[in-house]
Amino acid sequence: MITITDLVKTFHQGSVNEVLALSGINLQVQKGDFITVIGSNGAGKSTLLNCLAGSHPIDSGHILIDDQEVSRWPEYKRATQISRVFQDPLLGTCGPLTIEQNLALANRRGKYHGLKRGVQQNDRKLFQQQLAQLNLGLETRLKDSVGLLSGGQRQALTLLMATLVKPKILLLDEHTAALDPKTALQVLKLTQQLIDDQHLTALMVTHNMRQALQLGNRLIMLHGGRIILDVTGKEKEAMTVEDLLEQFYKVRGEEFVSDRMLLV
Amino acid sequence: MTDFMQYLFSGLTSGAIYALIALGFCVVNNTMGIVNFVQVDFVSLGGMLMFSALFGAGLPMVPGLLLAVAGVALVAMLVERFGLRPARSDNHLVLIFLTVGLSIILRGALKLIWGKNRMALPPLTPDIPVKIFGASVLPQALWILLLTIIAIALLTWFFYRTSLGLSMRAVASNPTAAAVVGIPAGRVRLTSYAIAGALGGLAGVLVTPITTLSYDVGVLLGLKGFAAAILGGFGSFPGAILGGLGLGLLESLSAGYISSAYKDVVAFVVLLLVLFVRPKGLLGK
Repeated sequence: MITITDLVKTFHQGSVNEVLALSGINLQVQKGDFITVIGSNGAGKSTLLNCLAGSHPIDSGHILIDDQEVSRWPEYKRATQISRVFQDPLLGTCGPLTIEQNLALANRRGKYHGLKRGVQQNDRKLFQQQLAQLNLGLETRLKDSVGLLSGGQRQALTLLMATLVKPKILLLDEHTAALDPKTALQVLKLTQQLIDDQHLTALMVTHNMRQALQLGNRLIMLHGGRIILDVTGKEKEAMTVEDLLEQFYKVRGEEFVSDRMLLV
Repeated sequence: MTDFMQYLFSGLTSGAIYALIALGFCVVNNTMGIVNFVQVDFVSLGGMLMFSALFGAGLPMVPGLLLAVAGVALVAMLVERFGLRPARSDNHLVLIFLTVGLSIILRGALKLIWGKNRMALPPLTPDIPVKIFGASVLPQALWILLLTIIAIALLTWFFYRTSLGLSMRAVASNPTAAAVVGIPAGRVRLTSYAIAGALGGLAGVLVTPITTLSYDVGVLLGLKGFAAAILGGFGSFPGAILGGLGLGLLESLSAGYISSAYKDVVAFVVLLLVLFVRPKGLLGK
């Protein structure tokens, strides 16, 4: 279970460019939750994920993973519990290294890197098995360097690397947005399959409202660094894209009113 | 022919030293993306520690050599841990200038501890020249070649076979992906400094019996090693070896066939010409 309380994050604090990216996020992620996250540009979706993963230091608040405070942990240490897939397929894998070397690194997540062999002989079977479920034919290309793969293949591999050692939470930051529609669908199916098979807890940022409704058991909408909508289960299933838009404009409208009040 | 063999051996010998220093530059560049100017003082420090191990502690050659190399590696780790890391900066310019400053501090410390006098270090085995293809070669030159080959073999094994080496290559190629799979960048940087220190220290221990030993002997050698790394393509390991040997051979052949007064000129003119044609260096990406 992941508990986020009063999470605040400001960029360029104290300067004229000061941006309040997250203004007091409270979120409790239950074990096995698959949460889709939507919101307009600048709503704080990516910032939330980056703060969780430790790429950005937070200003205040708490992040607890299974009752353990991790908000002061460095990024690499949090990576032992949190795995991520980025929008850019090139970010999550090491291009010059081979497929099996990338998988070997993912397989040692949270473990000490010593003078043992980088790629163990008996790990290769595991890698082949895992790669076979992608249906991309990568299981015969263990020694190819990752730089030779297409964006979709690379993103599928990144997903596999993110789940090879079961994480406490999987963070997906618009991980299909940079792919062509057909590949995006494949990667999305794979995501669903991996999450179902391993009963993973996941947080997926998406710009596609239909996708956000179709996938997962819970949906949250961010706006201006706050959670403005949090629906689960039946309530979420009953929602339509129109409902979401209505909710969205309602909040925007209220803001507009409050702005006018300021002017008066 | 005899002359040629003579120049060849002398070129390979100094080339091997340049290659060791160039490899040290590359290791740090690959994990941190910076030029580590302290590398030049690792060379001097290696010679100094060897001197103290032999004449201060009275150790035999082999333990002395191992201790000196390990000592430089330790100092290199201290330089990274307490000299660079407290800066908490990823700005390359800041880090490079820090290494310049640390280099000056370390050279000052060497001067304070061992003094300004030139010292002599004995060769690993007595200087009785060996005849190889008509060339008379000092045993120390053969030691240099042998130990350089061993160092390169160990380095290759480390980077291409071991888990730690793999994680270091991951950090070098994509720091984000490395962080995502939980590789501690701090430990990788520390390890890269230890390796750079060991390589520089080994170069110092091996070369100072041929040159002389002083607190700043590493500066000119380090500059040549830096040039060798650039010639080969900064960051490339095979490039560093090729660049080092190339620069060493250029020097000795031009000294032999043209004039020893012009050896540096010829070497650096060729370096410039290569960089005009291939700005990335011979094997650079």
